[in-house]
Amino acid sequence: MKKENSRRSFIKNISLATFSALALSGCNMEIFDEFLQKNFRTLSKKEKDKIIKNLEIKYKEKYGKEFRVSVKLAIDVTLFVYALYLSKCVGFRRCVYAYVKENNLSRNPQIHYIEVLQMDKEKGIDFADSDAQYNPEKVPEKGHFYLPVQCQQCRNPQCVTVCPVKATWQEPDGIVVVDYNWCIGCRYCMAACPYGARHFNWGEPYVPVEELNTELHFLGNRPRMKGVVEKCTFCIQRVREGKYPACVEICPVGARKFGNLLDPESEIRYILENKRVLVLKQELNFQPKFYYFFGN
Amino acid sequence: MKVTIQKITKIPVISMALLIVLFSGCNHNESDNSALYNINEGEKTSAEVTEYAVEAPPFSDGAFPCTDCHANFIPNPLKRELVDWHQDISEMFNHDKENRWCLDCHDFNNRDSLRLASGKLLDFKESYKLCGQCHGEKYRDWKVGVHGKRTGEWNGTKEYLLCVHCHNPHSPKFQELTPDPPPFRQEDIK
Repeated sequence: MKKENSRRSFIKNISLATFSALALSGCNMEIFDEFLQKNFRTLSKKEKDKIIKNLEIKYKEKYGKEFRVSVKLAIDVTLFVYALYLSKCVGFRRCVYAYVKENNLSRNPQIHYIEVLQMDKEKGIDFADSDAQYNPEKVPEKGHFYLPVQCQQCRNPQCVTVCPVKATWQEPDGIVVVDYNWCIGCRYCMAACPYGARHFNWGEPYVPVEELNTELHFLGNRPRMKGVVEKCTFCIQRVREGKYPACVEICPVGARKFGNLLDPESEIRYILENKRVLVLKQELNFQPKFYYFFGN
Repeated sequence: MKVTIQKITKIPVISMALLIVLFSGCNHNESDNSALYNINEGEKTSAEVTEYAVEAPPFSDGAFPCTDCHANFIPNPLKRELVDWHQDISEMFNHDKENRWCLDCHDFNNRDSLRLASGKLLDFKESYKLCGQCHGEKYRDWKVGVHGKRTGEWNGTKEYLLCVHCHNPHSPKFQELTPDPPPFRQEDIK
C-alpha cells in the first residue's frame, strides 16, 4: 500500500514539475496554450480572436509573410452543393493543381484532394478498372471518360461518426471540416470514407513559401502539421466570402458547378431539377452533396 | 438544416432578367427587341446588376473593321473556297463545312456585322445569339449557367464567357490539351 502511494506521488510531482517548468519558461507558453486549446466549436468569440492573433504572429515568424486567418461562420440559409458535368470533363487535371495551390497542400509528401479517374466508356463507372495515372500526350483519349473524385461532403458523413475525439464535424452550410488541433491522427475517418477523400500528413508538410496562399481559414487551408488528417472543404476560405471554389474557377471546360441548394435561382438548383444526376456509391446511403450529371 | 420557406423567399433573386440587363450593357444595338431583352424591362433601373458578360475576345490584329478592306470589293455571293484571302480560316474551317460557308454567319452587305438566319443584323458582341440559332440546347444551358464557365461569386457578381471565348467559331471543337502530371504513386515514394 505504501509503495503504491509513493509511486502515485512521484508521478504527481513529476507532472507538476513539468507543467510549472513549462509555465515558468515563458517562451513555451504559446505551445502550452495551443496544446490545451479547446475544440473549435466550444470556443468563445474572445478565445477565437486570441487564437487567430497568435496564429497570425506564428505564421509571420515562420514564413515571413502577412497572413489573414478567418474564422467566418456559415452564411445563413446556405447549403453548398457541387455538380460535375461528366460529359464535359476531359481530364486536364487543372483542378487538381489549382486546389493544391489554393489550399496550401503539402507538395512533398504530395497530397492531392482531387483524383481524376480515367474510365472506359464501354465499362461505365467502374472504380476497380479506373486509371488515376493516365498520362498521354493529349487528352481526352478515345473511348474514355474522366471522373474526378474528391470529398463528396456527405449529408450522412461516416468520417464524422467514427472520429473518437470529435475533431471533425459538419458545418451548418454542409461542409465537413477538421479541427487540426484536435485531430489525433488515428485515421479512423480515412477508413470510414468510401471515396478516399481524406488525406494524412505522414511527414512535415512542405509548401514553398512563395506559393503560400495567405488568405486562410481556421478550418480550411491554414498550414497543417505532421500527423493530422485533412480534406477538401469546398475552399471554405473562398466560399464563405461568396467566391466560387478554386477548382470551379480553373476548369477550362466549365464542367464544375457550385452553388447554394437553398437558392431557387442558383445554377446548381437548375441542374438538380433538370438534368440527370447521379451520386457515387449511392447504395451506401452517405447521401453526398456532390452530384455528377450528363448532357441531354 | 432548419430552413423555413419564408427564409428561402428572402434570398436575393438573381433572375434571368438581370443576366439580360447586363448583356444590354455591352450591347450597342439598343433597337434589339428579342424576348430575351424584354423580360422584366421594368426592373432594369431598380435591380442590382449582378451578372455581366466579359468582353468579347479581341480580333486578330488589323482584322476589324472588315470594311477596311471589304468596302473596296464587289461582293460575290457564290459559295466557294477562299484561296487568296482568309486562307488560314479556309484551312481550319470545320463547322459543317459541307453545308455552310462565310455568308451563313457574316452579312453579305455589311461585313462588320453578323447576320441571323432571319436576316437580322447582329453585333459581334452578341455572337452567342447566332450560335444559339442552331445550338438551342446549349444556348439554353448556357443562359442558366450550366454550359460554359462562370467565375466570380456564387451568390453575387458573376462573370461568364461567351461561346467564342472557348470555341473558335470557324472550328468549334474544343482543342485537346496536355494533362497536368499524374499523382505520385505510393510505391514510387522512397
